Amino acid sequence: MTITTLREIGADHERRDGPAKVTGTAPYAAEHPFADAVYGHPVQASVARGLITSIDTVAAASVAGVLTVLTHENAERLASADDRELWVLQSPDVSFRGQFVALVVADSPEAAREAAELVGIGYDEYEHDVVLRADHPEFYTPEQVNPSFPADTQQGDPGAALTTAAVSVDATYTTPAYHNNPMEPHTTVARWDPATGHLTLHDSTQSVHQVRDTLAPLFGLATGQVSVIAPHVGGGFGSKGPPHAHDVLACLAARAVPGRDVKLPLTRQMLFSVAGYRTPTIQRVQLGAQADGTLVAITHDVWEQTSRIKEFAEQTAVSTRMMYASPTRRTTHRLVALDVPVPSWMRAPGENPGMYAGECAMDELAIAVGMDPVELRIRNEPRTDPETGRPFSSRNLVACLRAGADRFGWASRDHVPSPKPGPDGLLRGTGVAASTYPVNRMPGSEAVIEVLPDGRFAVRIGAVDIGTGTWTALAQVAADALAVSLDHIELQIGDTSLPHASVAGGSSGITTWGTAVWEAARALISTHGHLPAAGAGATGRAGANDAQQRYAMHAFGAQFVAVEVDQDTGEIRVPRSLGIFAAGRIVNPRTARSQFLGGMTMGLSTALWEHSTIDPVTGHYVNHDLAEYHIATCADIRGLEVGWIEEDDPHVNPMGTKGIGEIGIVGTAAAVANAVHNATGVRIRDLPITADKLLDAGL
Amino acid sequence: MKPFDFKRSTDAARAITLVAERPGAAFLGGGTNLVDHMKLGIAAPGLLVDVTRLPFDAVEELDGGSVRIGATVRNSVLSAHPLIRERYPVLSQALVAGASGQLRNLATTAGNLLQRTRCLYFTDRTTPCNKRTPGSGCSALDGHSRELGILGVSRSCIATHPSDMAVAMAALDAVVRVQGPGGTREIPIGELYRLPGATPERDTTLAHGELITAVDMPRVSGRSAYRKVRDRASYAFALVSVAAVLRIEDGTIADVCLALGGVAPKPWRAKQAEARLRGGPATEEAFLAAADAELERATPTTNNAFKVPLARNTIVATLRDLAAGADR
Repeated sequence: MTITTLREIGADHERRDGPAKVTGTAPYAAEHPFADAVYGHPVQASVARGLITSIDTVAAASVAGVLTVLTHENAERLASADDRELWVLQSPDVSFRGQFVALVVADSPEAAREAAELVGIGYDEYEHDVVLRADHPEFYTPEQVNPSFPADTQQGDPGAALTTAAVSVDATYTTPAYHNNPMEPHTTVARWDPATGHLTLHDSTQSVHQVRDTLAPLFGLATGQVSVIAPHVGGGFGSKGPPHAHDVLACLAARAVPGRDVKLPLTRQMLFSVAGYRTPTIQRVQLGAQADGTLVAITHDVWEQTSRIKEFAEQTAVSTRMMYASPTRRTTHRLVALDVPVPSWMRAPGENPGMYAGECAMDELAIAVGMDPVELRIRNEPRTDPETGRPFSSRNLVACLRAGADRFGWASRDHVPSPKPGPDGLLRGTGVAASTYPVNRMPGSEAVIEVLPDGRFAVRIGAVDIGTGTWTALAQVAADALAVSLDHIELQIGDTSLPHASVAGGSSGITTWGTAVWEAARALISTHGHLPAAGAGATGRAGANDAQQRYAMHAFGAQFVAVEVDQDTGEIRVPRSLGIFAAGRIVNPRTARSQFLGGMTMGLSTALWEHSTIDPVTGHYVNHDLAEYHIATCADIRGLEVGWIEEDDPHVNPMGTKGIGEIGIVGTAAAVANAVHNATGVRIRDLPITADKLLDAGL
Repeated sequence: MKPFDFKRSTDAARAITLVAERPGAAFLGGGTNLVDHMKLGIAAPGLLVDVTRLPFDAVEELDGGSVRIGATVRNSVLSAHPLIRERYPVLSQALVAGASGQLRNLATTAGNLLQRTRCLYFTDRTTPCNKRTPGSGCSALDGHSRELGILGVSRSCIATHPSDMAVAMAALDAVVRVQGPGGTREIPIGELYRLPGATPERDTTLAHGELITAVDMPRVSGRSAYRKVRDRASYAFALVSVAAVLRIEDGTIADVCLALGGVAPKPWRAKQAEARLRGGPATEEAFLAAADAELERATPTTNNAFKVPLARNTIVATLRDLAAGADR
């Protein structure tokens, strides 16, 4: 069943939390009114691999205001060592540079920081290995890649097909490590009340329930003994999905100084070691085609890293399994565990690096075949999901490509790069790439709706708004589900006292939570009618979607980019980019537009600037602040346009939504890379594409 | 962050005495660099003396047509000042190419000159760095050095000076006025900075307690321009920058002043290139030969070898534009 009344869904509502945010009154994790707070400052390992042999806390403990210095020698023992990322201050082993080795708690942040610098740690330092390289001898095949895909797939014999293909491309692309860098650094404020046996966290997280459900057993507590509160979160991009080591550290500190709120805001620099990042990748893509561009073989082989203490297998080649039709296909993922920080989720995990490589290879094939890259993609549009054979619940990649090409003025493009500078010395070119992202529905979400005395509806679910617009869009869903106007909805989210909710991740929020809210509304109406009395209530659950067994469900898009390259300096600027998406029903065009724009902006950064540079000698990410870790500035964003195809998909969920948080970042980097090639004739296959690489390649 | 004393003075002599008397004391201008360093634990002055209220906040024309820029004039004010925009476009352009609007509103003239390198290792106290901790070694030599220097560097240190403003001032033969416990002196900007050699911990020739009070800009004739090459369009330090003043008479280069940024421990006055160009033709070939002459002595790392062709191209492009009368 689907919602039939669409009054609020699709309406251009301003953010309901907007006024509080722009006036600075929306509290983020560190900003709640805490009486009598104390402050934590961590000490991080200065070796990439080794053993702590001595700890001297005398000088640190003597700093005025210091309450305690926690180390592996005196910290509380955790109940489980299953997740070694969270096994904080439990052992003298150092597994990556920047790992937490101590925490100072003091009555001021200044004292905590000063004392942290005085903690003396002695190490036995071992040789370390922090550089991903294609010829590493220790690559292995993971049991599965995230979240639960097979590491390798094969259909037919792509090797044989490649040898007989009329045209082929064989190219290796690399992407560097990336750090999520949300605006609000990860912050946890923890308080342990021994009298009530309750642990309270104000956390900057994408999932209050996941934090609670993960941390409670570590401390031998029942989930009912832990509360997690996150009304507003300043971005996460995946890095605030699961709890990380600092969450545990804050709880250890809270239990060591009972009755006090321990504030642990990480610095920007710390995020580069302890809060997740995207693995660097090495990707080889081979495409074989007939002379008319029809694909006969696709292979996508991926090499990437994980950490020694915890496996994280980015699903880089997974989108290649369903993107284009081909009678033969192979995808593989190989991992190597290095002495590096623990990689984790980052916006469009898998799709972002994987589609960069795949969509660049498609551009290379279009040039090899001698056809319009838009038409090449259309020629290889599959009728059903190439991997499962199931029909797509809806698939409008072709419509996106056509609409985008029309609006962008693609018809006049010269598909053969012929670099000729304009009178201003700038080389100009354009590029295209496809975007995609799966429709994800997470298990375990529940919503409760209760009629308030004033006739409005309290809608309760432990969802989190990480800046995406959930406060507004989920209320719009509730309004239409109840057939009332938006001002009748009082949404309550961001607290574990509310019904259990899944993570604000995988672009699954509205799809999952909206389904639970819709089910609750349906239950309320079926039990109490359309005019329920005050106090009436009902519960709804977002169960599994049976249609997912019958249909392949994905969102698609097409991105078009124009670049200018300075012939003298190799500087690349992007005067225009356009993204057209087919992502199901758009709940709120205003916040949706921001999601697409934000994704494309981040994708532009992927293309041209973003990279985390690891120092092979010290083993740490050296460009660990926003002055040196470059992302787009306002001056870099000139023309950025977003549009979407109206898509009515009855199979995905009652709202017809597909999720829009991530698709915007997918494909942008390839479109830029393809545009740079079109402008210069130079193909850079290593991100980011920078002036030095263009000059080295003979621009 | 260690506790520190803080004093504010409206009298230069008093401020100088306060700092001179106390080892480890420091003058505080806009604080956009020093306060960061205090947070990062790489500077720990026991006393800060705020000098932003000293009477050095004017831009004024002197007899003879030169212009005096007060030490506490904010970068945003200076970049927009009519005297600067009209007479020293290269300086105005360099200022607005630097940092961000918010930083320029705070940063002072003297503070800009005295800002320290943004070498990643210098700003990270957990790594060896000869500039920060003499004798500890240079992490950049075998580490990440893409942004670092190719001219005037040593085996001890390959850091670059990060200022844009100072590069323009170097091309304009600015003179730095200094007041110290022993009196006042004038330092040509080229002599304000020192090369690292074996002692990279000292960036300048200033003694402890010496305070920059003003920068004097001599008259110039000729067109001038600043060209900054950077990865992104704003809020990025120069990979390479070029400040150029060019005067062409009867098709011949009557005078030229060239300074490079992003390539050396100091604003790099390209004397070799200038000597090649003076009195010669203003042609692409001449520009190229001059750039090559200057860059002959470059000692890049593998990471930053691209800066040699990039600097060459940027010198040529800047001179080409100036010669053509084109503004960009």
